[in-house]
Amino acid sequence: MIKFTVNGEAHSVEGDGTLPLLWYLRDVATLTGTKYGCGAGLCGACTVHLDGEAVRSCVTSVAAAEGKAVTTIEGLAENADHPVQKAWAKHQVPQCGYCQPGQIMQAAALLAKNPSPDTDAIDEAMAGNICRCGTYPRIKAALLDLAEPAS
Amino acid sequence: MTDYFDLSRRRFLRTTAVAGAAVFAVPLLGRRAVPGAVASEAAAADSEARLFVALQPDGTVEITCHRSEMGQHARTAVAQIVADELEADWDRITIAQALGDKRYGDQNTDGSRSIRFNLERLRLVGATVRRMLRDAAAERWGVEPGSCRAEQHRVYHDASGRSLDYGELVEAVAGREPPTDVTPKDRKDWRYIGKGKAIVDMDDIVSGKATFAADVRLPGTLVAMIARPPVVLADVASVDDSAAREVSGVVDVIRMPALTENPVMFKPLGGVAVLAEHTWAAQLGRDKLKINWSESPNAGYDSASFRGRLEAACREPGDVHRSKGDVEGALAEAGDERRHAAEYYVPHLAQAPMEPPSATARFENGVMEVWAATQNPQADQSLIAGLLDLPPEKIKVHVTLLGGAFGRKSKPDFSAEAAWLAHKSGRPVRVQWQREDDIRHGFFHTVSAQRLEAALDGDGRLAALRHRSTFPTINATFEAGAEVPGFETDLGLSDAPLAIPHIQAETGRAPAQVRTGWMRSVANIYHVFALQSFLAEMAHKAGRDHRDFLLEAIGPDRVIDFKAEGSKFDNYGADFDEYPFDTGRLKHVLRRATGMAGWGRELPARSGLGLAVHRSFLTYVATVVEVAVAEDGSLRIPGTWVAVDAGTVVNRDSVRNQMEGASVFSLSYALHSAITVKDGAVEQGNFDDYPVARMPEAPAAISVEVVDSDAPPAGVGEPGTPPFAPALCNAIFAATGKRIRELPIGDQLRA
Ligand code: FES
Ligand code: FES
Repeated sequence: MIKFTVNGEAHSVEGDGTLPLLWYLRDVATLTGTKYGCGAGLCGACTVHLDGEAVRSCVTSVAAAEGKAVTTIEGLAENADHPVQKAWAKHQVPQCGYCQPGQIMQAAALLAKNPSPDTDAIDEAMAGNICRCGTYPRIKAALLDLAEPAS
Repeated sequence: MTDYFDLSRRRFLRTTAVAGAAVFAVPLLGRRAVPGAVASEAAAADSEARLFVALQPDGTVEITCHRSEMGQHARTAVAQIVADELEADWDRITIAQALGDKRYGDQNTDGSRSIRFNLERLRLVGATVRRMLRDAAAERWGVEPGSCRAEQHRVYHDASGRSLDYGELVEAVAGREPPTDVTPKDRKDWRYIGKGKAIVDMDDIVSGKATFAADVRLPGTLVAMIARPPVVLADVASVDDSAAREVSGVVDVIRMPALTENPVMFKPLGGVAVLAEHTWAAQLGRDKLKINWSESPNAGYDSASFRGRLEAACREPGDVHRSKGDVEGALAEAGDERRHAAEYYVPHLAQAPMEPPSATARFENGVMEVWAATQNPQADQSLIAGLLDLPPEKIKVHVTLLGGAFGRKSKPDFSAEAAWLAHKSGRPVRVQWQREDDIRHGFFHTVSAQRLEAALDGDGRLAALRHRSTFPTINATFEAGAEVPGFETDLGLSDAPLAIPHIQAETGRAPAQVRTGWMRSVANIYHVFALQSFLAEMAHKAGRDHRDFLLEAIGPDRVIDFKAEGSKFDNYGADFDEYPFDTGRLKHVLRRATGMAGWGRELPARSGLGLAVHRSFLTYVATVVEVAVAEDGSLRIPGTWVAVDAGTVVNRDSVRNQMEGASVFSLSYALHSAITVKDGAVEQGNFDDYPVARMPEAPAAISVEVVDSDAPPAGVGEPGTPPFAPALCNAIFAATGKRIRELPIGDQLRA
């Protein structure tokens, strides 16, 4: 029995520990905010936090989540009012929106570590997240807007 | 004939009370008004067809969007139009998504036409409901309707200081006969139209609640993954599914009906489906299938050697689509000094929307219900009706949000797969395409070779141009063996806006050996890449500034009469009087974009500015790209400037967003993307071997100017795409002297 929490709630998985966390979240826990884009760690659509670290849930097995805290887009902030979510609305970032849960989770993890990222830091942190609609300039603008002035 | 709803025939509203709400139903009226085809009774009688507007008992205005939302913000734009004319409070509207139903008229969300086809019609719907609310209030007060006014969800009688909320008028308005003499607002009174309204789906998107196709959850659903033939038209010769059936969670393995004949249409490819309790089991099971595939007539297709055939065709005279003056004579006479020729090549491409195709289907009580990420639910309906021999009215297609589409999702083979499997298995089925399925089994952007040849006159001006293009045509998808292109010639080939004495456009012939389909801006992708690059080559040959040379070649401000120019250009199906090709507007966007970019300014070594301009989908777009190419050949794009004239726009910020996104989309195929085919099978599979642009490569900023215009609305989703790639390649030439004639750029700049 593999045990972990998802957005603060206890979850347990019987059986196959190789099941990717992505499919556990989407198909078993029916938390469908986490998206499938490539299944191979190439696009970032499936990004969630594992003990605060951004990980690709499509290449993270449930066994790897044992004893850890998983946070998905649904659990990022109580009323979807995380600063990143608010900045996304302010900058009208989303086009189709499909990649955005992954982008937001990635961005939130970046800011948690580095509250004042510059352009290069943003490029580096976000390079793994594809947006086929091409919202990169707006994601960047939103993140620069959020970046605290370096002290 | 007009592209707009015919105002003289607008007995179009019926009201009916449904569960306490007043429903305003729009009858069967397509893009072009059909004489006598007013089916309002039927529409009103069908309480499920919530056509366009319903007023709920609490006063909430429910606006039905009959176009698919795929990131272009159609749902927001439709709401802006109706709510504006209705004088609805933006916070008291909700958006319903229409089922596929021919009573909405055209629902094919493709070709950048949502606003063009619907602005006037939706304005009229909103304005008519506003008028009815006003009249109902006036009647209750016993005053002249003309002395009342509607504003922000209330009707006012200023003289007596009385007012009523829309919610208090629901019953009164439900039984009223709709007026037939409604005039929509004056555009200066628009409150929402033309503004950058925040999108209606924002909260759902950023909270992860937005429902895309694969997010639909029905009880008892099985997930299907399908092993499709690697070569189009191959069938399953034999299958060993024993290992697949042993995978825990796998419920069934079902052979799909084969597709073995052209034309492929939108039909499913066939193959073997693994149905499982969840996606992962379906994928594991599918990977364990052992299938032998039969031979296909397409098995000999090799895109590398096919290139030679395309290029050879471009060196011979082809089918003529435009001919003016004497191109051959002018080219022959010019001599090497003043003549230049170049060949261009663009590979097959895949749309690769972020959300791979997915659909859920459920068959119950003779009714097939489908939830799909489809651009054209009516196409799903008719495809499924044919496949399962069901009447179309027994097929209900719900349109989810689309996680990008770019043309892929106007071909609903994936919906038909889900419907067929649900019908066969008796369980609800969700078909999930893996990314690899999407890359390998798509409807690909075609492969093309082009040869351009031009001559300068004695004063260094462009005098003659011959543009030859050869590519397998999309027509072959619908007509077996078709090799002569159709509408593609209108997309950047027969519409070159040049005031030169000799011009000719031709195409060669080539067979399609993979499924071929539309991709954002379609043939403009390759035609505009070649033409706008080649015109820069000619400017260079003439020793002139590219912008000056181009402005001169476009010539005086005028409306181009393509017929007189020997061109068959069809203007995207639009009336030339309503949507003239205006070179003044074209030159204006070019001047604006180059102005914003500071064209001509000093740049560091190995940096350059490049430009391109094009009118597509009736919209004028000019793009300027600044590039910096490092010694190792890697490049950065510090800035991009776009000027767009799309006529009347509904959501200014969405227009900007589309220009930004289209630029990045173009960047992907300019830098990286290529689909290659060997032995009939696609060689790529995922974002590792089919790379698309990522943030560090994208322009750090894209500045967009939306030109103010009262002209009729034109397209927005696609026209930003074509100019970016040639502008980038022209910038690379300015920076390095290296001319890119083949996409993707790949490692062509590496030493
Ligand atoms: S779906 Fe996990 S990285 Fe693409
Ligand atoms: S917003 Fe569509 S993929 Fe990013």
